[in-house]
Amino acid sequence: MRARLFRALYRIRRLEEEVARVYASDRIKSPVHLSIGQEAVSVGVCTALRPDDIVFGTYRGHALYLAKGGDLNAMVAELFGKATGCTMGKGGSMHLIDPEAGVMGMSAVVGTTIANAAGYAYALKLRRSDSVVVSFFGDGATEEGVFTETLNFAVLKHLPVLFVCENNGYAIHTHQTRRQGRADICAKAEAFGIPAERLDGNDVFGLLTRTQEVLKSVRAGGGPWFLEVSTYRWREHVGPGRDFQLGFRAEAECEPWIAADPVTRLASELSVGERAAIEAEVEEEIAAAFAFAEASPFPAPGELMTDIFQEEPDALAAR
Amino acid sequence: MPSPLVKARSTPVRDARPVAERTLSYVDAVREAADQEMSRDPAVLVFGLDVDDPKAIQGTTRGLLEKYGPERVFGTPLSEDAMTGAAIGMALAGLRPVHVHIRMDFLLLAMNQLVNVAAKSRYMYGGRVHVPLVVRSMIGKSWGQGAQHSQGLHGMFMHVPGIKVVAPSTPYDAKGCLAAAVRDNNPVLYVEHRLLHFQKGPVPESAYTVEPGTARITAVGEDVTIVGISYMQVECLRAAKYLEDVGIQAEVIDPIWLSPLDVDTIANSVERTGRLLVVDTAWTNCGAAAEIVARVAERLQGVRDLRLKRMGFAPTTCPTTPALEDLFYPTARTIASAARDLVEDGPTGWVPVERPDLQSIEFKGPF
Ligand SMILES: Cc1ncc(C[n+]2csc(CCOP(=O)(O)OP(=O)(O)O)c2C)c(N)n1
Ligand SMILES: [Mg+2]
Repeated sequence: MRARLFRALYRIRRLEEEVARVYASDRIKSPVHLSIGQEAVSVGVCTALRPDDIVFGTYRGHALYLAKGGDLNAMVAELFGKATGCTMGKGGSMHLIDPEAGVMGMSAVVGTTIANAAGYAYALKLRRSDSVVVSFFGDGATEEGVFTETLNFAVLKHLPVLFVCENNGYAIHTHQTRRQGRADICAKAEAFGIPAERLDGNDVFGLLTRTQEVLKSVRAGGGPWFLEVSTYRWREHVGPGRDFQLGFRAEAECEPWIAADPVTRLASELSVGERAAIEAEVEEEIAAAFAFAEASPFPAPGELMTDIFQEEPDALAAR
Repeated sequence: MPSPLVKARSTPVRDARPVAERTLSYVDAVREAADQEMSRDPAVLVFGLDVDDPKAIQGTTRGLLEKYGPERVFGTPLSEDAMTGAAIGMALAGLRPVHVHIRMDFLLLAMNQLVNVAAKSRYMYGGRVHVPLVVRSMIGKSWGQGAQHSQGLHGMFMHVPGIKVVAPSTPYDAKGCLAAAVRDNNPVLYVEHRLLHFQKGPVPESAYTVEPGTARITAVGEDVTIVGISYMQVECLRAAKYLEDVGIQAEVIDPIWLSPLDVDTIANSVERTGRLLVVDTAWTNCGAAAEIVARVAERLQGVRDLRLKRMGFAPTTCPTTPALEDLFYPTARTIASAARDLVEDGPTGWVPVERPDLQSIEFKGPF
């Protein structure tokens, strides 16, 4: 398991570092909201999921997409705006999707997918499926009305949904305590009757085991569950760079998070040979994904006007 | 702590008068209008997500917090619906809130408060109250803004009685319209465009207003009337230069205020040219362009022969890849081509060769 988790974390970290590096070349003409520093949240939770489980996320969704098994080539091609991208270059970095892998979408409008996740969970319940839905969102999203409205609905209908709040302390440049009169997100969930607990976003093992335990209850019809995961964004809100120079947060605040980085920690716990083999494989895979994106064509002009409506029978609904 | 409202009124309003021309960016014009209105009237507040953060809404709110304090300038929680409702409550209590949104798309979370409450309160309460509220919002474009960060929704608000809509395209009008919006006793949706933020132009130092219902003729011509809304005004003026190259004199009009709309200025021009092209930074279906064309047609039908056309976003969702995004928007060249077809009464197949001096602004990310 250690090797598997390391591989998943290292793969996302390196992929995003490559995105940041390539960004200067202007080949990615798109906003990118990097998850660097926050990877363990997606990896810990998603490693506990089955392929048929569903996730919904946000514009900061590269890590979630990859952790849930989203196609790497299609993601990089999407960032490059290519026809082979996961949305044919139409949705970009903020709207990654891979229905085959259970990644059901991401929204650029904060909070929106929380309710979509609940609706999907309702459908699963109606079909007597034992799949679950996990809704990922940030600390800022909990201030939107859709958050509390959805919690109420999820409890009311006893939905098989796990809410995962990735609390990185900030919404863009504004700290949680400057936006929330009572900065206790678990308490909000508890107020609606949802069991909630706070976990350490750098403890990938802890996240994995706790999610496994919690999902037993959610899968068995025990109703929604809530995890608030403390984490930290190392880079700027959007873009490849850093933002400590803006003065809204001190670089020193980031240092303990870097010191507790699970990518580094897990790497040091593997044998030299095992680590080197994983790293080499991942590097090769990432290089191949960028080469694939580079070599792929842009969508043809006619694609501008396709997929405005679904014209064929709904393949997904039939699934 | 004393309320900031009891602070003595500081600078008196000075009349707009011709002053030594000073060049300001659109961003600074917006900022200066907010500053002058806040200093003129202690009831004016500026708030919204991130108005007090280091980037200060592209600079449009920079310095206001330091000057007017956190009670009159504050960042909000991520709660557009409730904050809009709260803004209405403040306005009912006699404050003059300016609520800022960095993308127009986020207004969709506040539709109930804007359409059901702000726009209707004056009428449904029989004139007993009024709602002096300004909502600033920005249309995004380029660098993969995509589906949910690029919409021009002003037409949806033009549809609703009781809310005014303004979309200034120059720094001069940005300043004058924001001042007029703040002083207006009714809800005003103030539409900015992220590419316009880089525009520079002459802006008088003293406070002045550009009143509701003001349009402006920005280029004089006899062959075709081109109305360009918001950022499309810039592209239309470029199109007029391309048309000049082939001997067509376009009259370009900036409607500035979309609601109330200065139909007279537009219709008078079309009465001379007989041809109207309206270009919007939005979809054409049921939009501002449709409305302008309809009003002119109603006015001039039977008076003279007309050739009419709308241009705007392609009737689809905005894609992120540059390969498709470029096709989604009208450009100076496609506008010029459409205008020439109107003038020559049919498709000419002409699209001007790109002139380097008339290239569109390239915006570089990350956002
Ligand atoms: C409804 C809405 N309001 C405002 C924004 C602008 N915005 C984009 S990201 C963001 C911060 C969100 O913070 P959080 O939920 O904590 O997620 P994080 O970016 O930290 O991952 C804001 C305010 C938006 N996209 N949608
Ligand atoms: Mg956050």
